[in-house]
Amino acid sequence: MIWQLNLMFLFFAVIAAVTAVSVKDLLSAVVLLGAFSFFMCLLWTEMGAVDVAFTEAAVGAGVNTAFFVAAVSKTTRRTKD
Amino acid sequence: MNKLMGILIATIALIALLHGVEDLPKWADPNQPASVHVSPRYIERAVEETGVSNVVTAVLADYRGYDTLFETAVIFTAGVAVLMLLRRPIP
Amino acid sequence: MIREQEDIIIQTICRFFIPFMQVYGLYVLVHGHGSPGGGFQGGCIFAASFILMAILYDLSEVKRRFSEKLNVVFFSLGVFIFVGVGWLCLLLGGNFLDYGKLSKILPADPVMARYYSIAVIEIGIQITVMAIMVSIFVDLLTGGEHEGAAEEEDAGSNSK
Repeated sequence: MIWQLNLMFLFFAVIAAVTAVSVKDLLSAVVLLGAFSFFMCLLWTEMGAVDVAFTEAAVGAGVNTAFFVAAVSKTTRRTKD
Repeated sequence: MNKLMGILIATIALIALLHGVEDLPKWADPNQPASVHVSPRYIERAVEETGVSNVVTAVLADYRGYDTLFETAVIFTAGVAVLMLLRRPIP
Repeated sequence: MIREQEDIIIQTICRFFIPFMQVYGLYVLVHGHGSPGGGFQGGCIFAASFILMAILYDLSEVKRRFSEKLNVVFFSLGVFIFVGVGWLCLLLGGNFLDYGKLSKILPADPVMARYYSIAVIEIGIQITVMAIMVSIFVDLLTGGEHEGAAEEEDAGSNSK
């Protein structure tokens, strides 16, 4: 475990998560959520939990993003608040 | 005012969670409680008992078969729920 | 909802990608015994190939290859395979999901019987996850307003 690398991935994950909450455009929020999943996947790979990382990459970053894009395309793209 | 309240609650929750993290065992500590009870037996005997060289698969599909079964059942229930909620009857 | 893509670059690249994604999904399933992977991840990757197909062509193309009736069958088939293996163990005198007892009907010793039955239940998980992911995506995309069985009958008069 290289803790500098971990800290960097965690930093990017937190940035992606905070930006996903604060951004107004919902499609950008979906993409940022995918980026968050990807950084968590990198973090888990780095810590040795390869199976969890693979599941996160396949479900969190892959299929979930497609689901959210489908839901956004069916509803509004801008948030109300 | 509302936003300030939210920040205050979030900060208190953050401090409480960080305080709780201190009690967790260190990362990859071989003497932590989760690693001394059943994990050594699975790691030592998984290959000779199931023939699967990936211990995660052996634990998920064999030793903890019920877990995986009901995980699949949860996915199935989610799919059926989406089907029942969203799909309208064909006119 | 989704119109057919007319950009030739996207069409070519996606058409090139889909078979590789499906083969990779099967690879992840089969190699779950020795490397990270298994039914869940393989099913998600396999479903992603169908989602890409729905984005590339329109939705009726996916439904032509993977119809609603077949999808509902696949829903239950995976769970049925999983529970069926468990019941088979129960009928052969073991506990539920005690795969070692399957060596009575498989040409293998108990260790290899467990090995093979893990592969079988992974196939079941893969089928369920794949069918459900595709179904949820189709339902979310159309809001449930697509007509499943009615559209297949007049698929010739394909209305966009």
